[in-house]
Amino acid sequence: MSDAARIFWTFNIFIAMLFVAGFYYIMATRNLIRTLIGIEILIKAVTLLIIVNGYINGQVGLAQAMVVTLIVIEVFFVAVAAGIVLNIYRNTDSIDTTNVSNLKG
Amino acid sequence: MIINLILLVVMVLAALWTVLARSLLKAMIGLALVSASIAVLMFRLDSSLAGVFELSVCTGLITAIFATTISLMKPLSQAQEKDRAKARLKKYWPLPLLMIAAAVLAWKFLKLPVDATLLTTGMEKVDVRHLLWNVRHMDILGQVVIVLLGAFGVIILFRGSKKT
Repeated sequence: MSDAARIFWTFNIFIAMLFVAGFYYIMATRNLIRTLIGIEILIKAVTLLIIVNGYINGQVGLAQAMVVTLIVIEVFFVAVAAGIVLNIYRNTDSIDTTNVSNLKG
Repeated sequence: MIINLILLVVMVLAALWTVLARSLLKAMIGLALVSASIAVLMFRLDSSLAGVFELSVCTGLITAIFATTISLMKPLSQAQEKDRAKARLKKYWPLPLLMIAAAVLAWKFLKLPVDATLLTTGMEKVDVRHLLWNVRHMDILGQVVIVLLGAFGVIILFRGSKKT
């Protein structure tokens, strides 16, 4: 087996496991902060996938540029989502997703 | 490759710990560990700039944001924590099995041709700084807009109510 095939194969097995962990976490939990952590795990899996495929295709620079953009979007998402979670907590005294679905509107 | 393999195992175990941890702070530390192991993997895959970003922003800043958010909330009582721990065990027992199933499926179906070559070797590497400034400059513009939007959004979200 060539180096490229070995790297692709090994990394993808672990990326798939990471992706399943994040997805299951989002589906199973009702806590808003845990949901955010689950989304973070999914983003980590995607980040690693981009880097590995960039490395294999010889497009390391492009992969890094994409990952830097992804990280900036990730920070924006986490900061705003954490603010929204805190506001929900102030209003409902809970971070349970079932309370959010009962909001007016 | 062995070091990469160890890092990947650490990453998956940290993710599992993040999911199964009772306390939110422990889950957050697990997430930081996942992020740190990915950052080291990036360094090993010739992506040092992305690695630095991952380490400083994802491991540092995002962990700090989560810690601040958690610290602003009331902790659960011991009785509530015990109840939730039991419920968590019931909820998450299929996860390790699902992760193993995903690994088997990836091993079966996600494969490159055996004779595929690494295009990185023997290729002149494009400097990421040159790429970002000269080729993907619209990305930079988008990133600046997103950072400003984030700052603006957080200011609005934490704005105090007006006194009447």
